[in-house]
Parts: sequence; C-alpha cells; structure tokens
Amino acid sequence: MSDAPRNPVEKLLRTERMPHIWCPGCGIGTSVNCFARAIEQADIPYDKLHVVSGIGCSGRVAGYVNVDSFHTTHGRAIAFATGLSLSRPSAKVVVYSGDGDLFAIGGNHFIHAARRNIDMTVICINNFTYGMTGGQVTPTTPLTAKASTSPYGNFEDSFNLPNLAEACGAVYVARWTIYHVRQLTRAMTKALSTKGFSFLEVLAPCPTLYQRRNKLGDGVAMVQFFKDHSTIKNGASTSEVGLGFQSDMIVGEFVDRQRPTFMDNYNARMKEVLGDSFVPFEGIK
Amino acid sequence: MDSQQAKGIAPSEGSPGAKGTVHMTDERCKGCSYCVVFCPTGALAMGGRINRKGYHLPELVHPDKCNGCDMCGLYCPDFAIFGVRTNRKKTDGEP
Repeated sequence: MSDAPRNPVEKLLRTERMPHIWCPGCGIGTSVNCFARAIEQADIPYDKLHVVSGIGCSGRVAGYVNVDSFHTTHGRAIAFATGLSLSRPSAKVVVYSGDGDLFAIGGNHFIHAARRNIDMTVICINNFTYGMTGGQVTPTTPLTAKASTSPYGNFEDSFNLPNLAEACGAVYVARWTIYHVRQLTRAMTKALSTKGFSFLEVLAPCPTLYQRRNKLGDGVAMVQFFKDHSTIKNGASTSEVGLGFQSDMIVGEFVDRQRPTFMDNYNARMKEVLGDSFVPFEGIK
Repeated sequence: MDSQQAKGIAPSEGSPGAKGTVHMTDERCKGCSYCVVFCPTGALAMGGRINRKGYHLPELVHPDKCNGCDMCGLYCPDFAIFGVRTNRKKTDGEP
C-alpha cells in the first residue's frame, strides 16, 4: 500500500470486485456514490447497516457494498428485509433495488411493508426498463416508449411511484434524478435517519437498453435531459408527479410525516392486552 | 490491489495556484465522461490516454482551474475519479 490518496467512498465498497458490471453511463454507480456519502453523513456504523437487494442491475449493489448484505431472489428483497428489520430493530435496513424488481415482481411486498410501516429505507433505481434481462417493459416504462417487448411503443399506463408509496403509508417519499447528486445525498441521509418506511425514487439512465431502443443518446444525454426538464418542487402533491415519455418531471421531497411503526404498534397493543406480563421484543442478541 | 491504486493525473505540486487536484484509478474508468461534462470549472477533458480495456480516460487539462470540489467524484458511476483539495501555495506578491 502506498500513501496515495484513496477515494473517500472506497471504505464502503468491495474494491476487489471492481470494475463493476454496470455499463458505461449507467446511473446506478452514481447513486451508490451518493449512498456511500449519505452513510457517512448519517453517521451509521457499518455493523449496524444491512443492504438487501433483489435481482437486476440495481440488485448488484448488495454485492458491491462492504457491509452485511443479501442478494435475494427476484422481488423478495422487501420480504427478506421485513424479517431482518423485525429481528434486529436497532439495525438500519436498506433495500436497494430496481423498479422492475420492487414494483412488478415484488409489488405486493412493497405495498404491505409500507402499510405496516416497517422500519426500512427503500431506494428504487428507476431506469424505466428491465436492464439485465434485455430491456422488457416494466410497470414504470412510460407510455409510447419502445422496449424489447413493445416494439411499437408501450401502451400500458405506468406507475406513479411516489403516489403509490404515499397512498400505501410511507412516512418519507422523495424523488431525485442522478443529476441532483447533492440533493440525492441529502435525501438519502434523511431517509436513513427517518424512523419507519422511507421511499426514495432515483431516476437513472439506462443507455444500453432503454435509450438505445428509444434513440435518446448516451448516459450524458439523459442526465442533461434530467437537468433541463426537471423542476424541484418540495412538498408537491404526489398525484401530480407522474412521468410520461420524455416529459417534464417534478422532483423533490414529497412526503415527510410520522406514523407509529409496526414494532411500536405491536408493543403498544400487546402491552394493552397482556399488561405487565408482556416483555417488549428488543431484537435477537 | 496495486493495479487499482489511485494515481494523481496531475502533479499535485505542479500547479502552485491550484486549490485542488484529481486522482484517478485508471482500471475502473469506463469513459462515460460524466466527470468532464459536470465539472463546474471545466478543468477536465476526455484525453487520448486509454486504459487496459481500451476506454478513453479523462484528463486534467487545466490543472490551475481545479479547486478540488469532488463533483467529479460524486458523479463518477465507476468510483474511478475523485477530487481532493490541496493546500494552496501563495505565489510571491499575492496577499
């Protein structure tokens, strides 16, 4: 080891696995960069942090972060994280996955974890397509966008993810693009420090599949598009933040509220019913 | 590990007026040019140098403009580049 300066985010990374598999211009790496800085800022010790991922390009994050992490089966990242969060209430559980994994295959887990207000942070990398499997239509592919399974343009309405998360009961909902790196880092710090189910949508470019098929240029072109067509509107009503194909987008922090978590409700109810004989669960030692 | 050692692509001592410099781990770079496009001072440019995989690497073409803000490091999807602030050396006659 020489005394050459090290990249400040390397503490969080398994550098022996670098260079990673993400394509040139992919936005997932940038979001991981922000995530590493957010952990520093939120001052979370690495042994209290668990990262859970599903399947897909974004699912590889669990393999690249140097904390306790788990790469689950397709769509079951939140299901696994629910158990992890309940058995270790003092730990910070982060689900880092993609739009297809979280909202198509794992959609049911997402809505119920948000409804129960399980203490976890869900970071959804929304690149509008299934990257790893070949660019198929996801629930977030905008109308008229081309994908490998919709060569004439997508004709299904897409999810409005912040609205879905708010309706299901998430306590913190924000959306940023990977152009807004500083804001994204700040939002991740806030989401990590929030007790309860926090949800963060990160719009990211997918130059290899989504943009090539839609002739939208490379990664830089998409980030420039995010820059030119995004409006920051904190506290905006989430029903107005839906995305269309190459439409203007509203970014910002939409929801920041407080609700009792699943564990709070469980302990309160059991205490009410069982009285002094109830011993609150404090996690597996 | 040695192949992934960060190297200063500009001599840290070479530009006395500069407030910072950037360091690069060549083997990780995929040449996406995020750092070049989003550098607030325009100190970087894609250069002719290539790494082992054949990707063109960014270069610090204006070392005096770099202020070590680490915006390149924040944007880099490959964790290949990062900026550091250096102790600015005052030149003669400067207050």
